[in-house]
Amino acid sequence: MKELVISKIRDGTVIDHINAGKAILVLKILGIDENTKETVSMVLNVPSKKMGKKDIVKVEGLFISEEKLNKIALIAPNATINLIREYEIKKKFKVKPPEIVKGILKCPNRLCISNAKEPVETIFYISVKNGQVVAKCHYCGRNISDLTKFIV
Amino acid sequence: MKHLVSIEDLSKDEIIKILNKSEEFEDVALGKRKSRILESKILANLFFEPSTRTRISFETAMKKLGGEVINVSAQEASSMAKGETLADTVRVISNYCDAIVIRHPLEGAARFAAENSNVPVINAGDGAGQHPTQTLLDLYTIKKEIGRIDGTKIALVGDLKYSRTIHSLIKALTLFNTKIYLVSPPILDLPVEFIDELDGDIEKVELESVIGEVDVVYVTRIQKERFLDEEEYKKVAGSYRITIETVKRMKDDAIILHPLPRVYEIAIEVDYTKQARYFKQTFYGVPVRMSILTEVML
Repeated sequence: MKELVISKIRDGTVIDHINAGKAILVLKILGIDENTKETVSMVLNVPSKKMGKKDIVKVEGLFISEEKLNKIALIAPNATINLIREYEIKKKFKVKPPEIVKGILKCPNRLCISNAKEPVETIFYISVKNGQVVAKCHYCGRNISDLTKFIV
Repeated sequence: MKHLVSIEDLSKDEIIKILNKSEEFEDVALGKRKSRILESKILANLFFEPSTRTRISFETAMKKLGGEVINVSAQEASSMAKGETLADTVRVISNYCDAIVIRHPLEGAARFAAENSNVPVINAGDGAGQHPTQTLLDLYTIKKEIGRIDGTKIALVGDLKYSRTIHSLIKALTLFNTKIYLVSPPILDLPVEFIDELDGDIEKVELESVIGEVDVVYVTRIQKERFLDEEEYKKVAGSYRITIETVKRMKDDAIILHPLPRVYEIAIEVDYTKQARYFKQTFYGVPVRMSILTEVML
């Protein structure tokens, strides 16, 4: 197996075991965009014993809050987080889906008030059914199971 | 502050409390007793969609309890026509009244209105979403006309997919240990994800197989606009029609309910049978809405 093409980071957050192809959405959920000052590395389709293929994201110099990181579970339920200090793993944990997410998902029901021209933020209640993450709209009650399609 | 947005906001005990209180208001609804319990209170009827029964029965309920009513329809509300948001409309109107009854074409609109209101909000129907006051009056009708809700067998007939009345009612019925039969053409079946969330004794059947055993046949309108083909509509609507022949196969003490307006789904002759209780059902809307109004305002 080839070595990783990105180097270790000194301080920051490493998000591992992201489902292959979902790293870009992970950045979106974390609000990492062209205005982000930190060095961000992203590797797609890395061979993985457990997952076949996986994506990895490294954010140098930034310790992302656990609350924010848990939102990744919406699209990458197996993701693991490594918080790094001085090249050492200081904390390692698996993401857990939050109970409620606000403003991240869009309701697929075009007749839902959350899709109207109103000062409204989407709210979804998250649950896990048969190993699958399901989101229920606070306003219209619609359930979404394929969450990746509805990330705002 | 108490809102009534979804029937799920209420526990079984709270539902029973509202139904018991409705019974106390029946005399007032019939004009046998006077009440000024809501004197000096103002109700705003905020209807973004047409309504006859719901709006009028709320108005009647409020006035018979000594309260005042402001009716605001979408056509009249000039600022809404100018593009004002629902949030702003509710923020403004809630400063002028003690409670708001809202009907809106979008699902979740009542919940959103409640979040923006200074006064209690009662959902009078939000798109294909919820219609909790209709559910409460349906439950009340069953209680009054059958004598109980617990343990009854109920066939829900017609459009189970889009009918907000059905969506609210079925959730409430599962709290009462009822046997629920679903009777609908395949394209108007209750959505699967909806059934998955329900915890009750529910079975999809043909009406013919259960008509002799059910206590309640609850009929809803099959809307023409759900069908692309008029012929197909006529075929489907015809096969779910309640006729005198259907009534003959029902139990003697069974009842037929309908949220109305009825179009084709119940034959006119059925109106004269003792099983037909859908007009009685509309009367019960008044005491039930009196009970709801006092519950949220006092």
